[in-house]
Amino acid sequence: MARTLITAPSSARRGEAITLRVLLQHPMESGFRVGADGRLLARDIVRRFSCSYNGERVVAVELFPAVAANPYLEFSALALDSGTLDFVWEGDHGFQHREQRTISVT
Amino acid sequence: MRACAAALMALAALAAAAQPLPDGRRSGFEFMGESTQAMQRDDALNPGMLWVLEGEAAWSQPVGAEGHSCAGCHGAARQSMRGVAARYPAFDAALQRPVDLRQRIANCRRKLQPQALAPGDEPQALALEAYVAFQSRGLPITPPADPRLEPARERGRRLFHQRLGQLDLACSDCHETHAGRRLGGSPIPQAHPTGYPIYRLEWQSLGSLQRRLRSCLSGVRAEPFAWGAPEWIELELFLAWRARGMLLESPAVRP
Repeated sequence: MARTLITAPSSARRGEAITLRVLLQHPMESGFRVGADGRLLARDIVRRFSCSYNGERVVAVELFPAVAANPYLEFSALALDSGTLDFVWEGDHGFQHREQRTISVT
Repeated sequence: MRACAAALMALAALAAAAQPLPDGRRSGFEFMGESTQAMQRDDALNPGMLWVLEGEAAWSQPVGAEGHSCAGCHGAARQSMRGVAARYPAFDAALQRPVDLRQRIANCRRKLQPQALAPGDEPQALALEAYVAFQSRGLPITPPADPRLEPARERGRRLFHQRLGQLDLACSDCHETHAGRRLGGSPIPQAHPTGYPIYRLEWQSLGSLQRRLRSCLSGVRAEPFAWGAPEWIELELFLAWRARGMLLESPAVRP
């Protein structure tokens, strides 16, 4: 589990606004559904997502049980320096997933 | 560059799929809302691509005692699996019966791993199926002209037109007689299996054609056949023949 699909440019011009799109494979079990045995299924959702660009926070997102499975997020950032983009998802039961992408700015 | 050309071809194929065929057959894609269509068109947005990626990883991963992988025999799926999904279900000479893509993959895996894939929508089987089907995206469905398939396909045709369940409805009652109209606010598509396995928003997950057929059967309050029962394959054979020439969209998104 926890496979991701990240669309981020590998290069950009300085000062250009880049679009970043992330899709995470996650069931986002809301905690309100009942299973086949009639018991409530335990909540298992991603609660936070953040993206840092060379250590600086670009976006921080809080997610709630109403968000559908496999959450997709799209946001933008200003390309200022070459470096790394750090994507982090955190959730219930100690879930954590981290991905990195490098970008070269000219 | 080649990947780029392939992507362009796939886009052209998807655009082509959005046009109804001259005989009036239309993919389920055309019955969807604009936002769901956009979700399918864009691979960065289509959650089905997550399973394709998983299948790609499983393709070359060694399994079993001898450490064989799919790639070990079949090489690069991009070449060897191109067009394969468009031909299934097909006749299996060793088993002397028709099998669908799922069963074909499972039979192959069984040779590698004695603990075969479980029946039903088992995640790894689904991922491999999605990866193999993805290689045929944009290609027309071409059911094999194999006379050995004929009796099963004919049984599938009868099943499609047979009234079932407490609601006493046949597949054809909704998907032929009333196709294009609405059922509980949702459009009734023509039931062409052009995009399986599909990412269905209702399921919040990828699922097989068999899973989709099961939910139709329980929808008319009939008891679904067991997983992998011959009836499903017969129905799939008829549906593939009915959709012959239509373009594959796997992994499709459906509401």
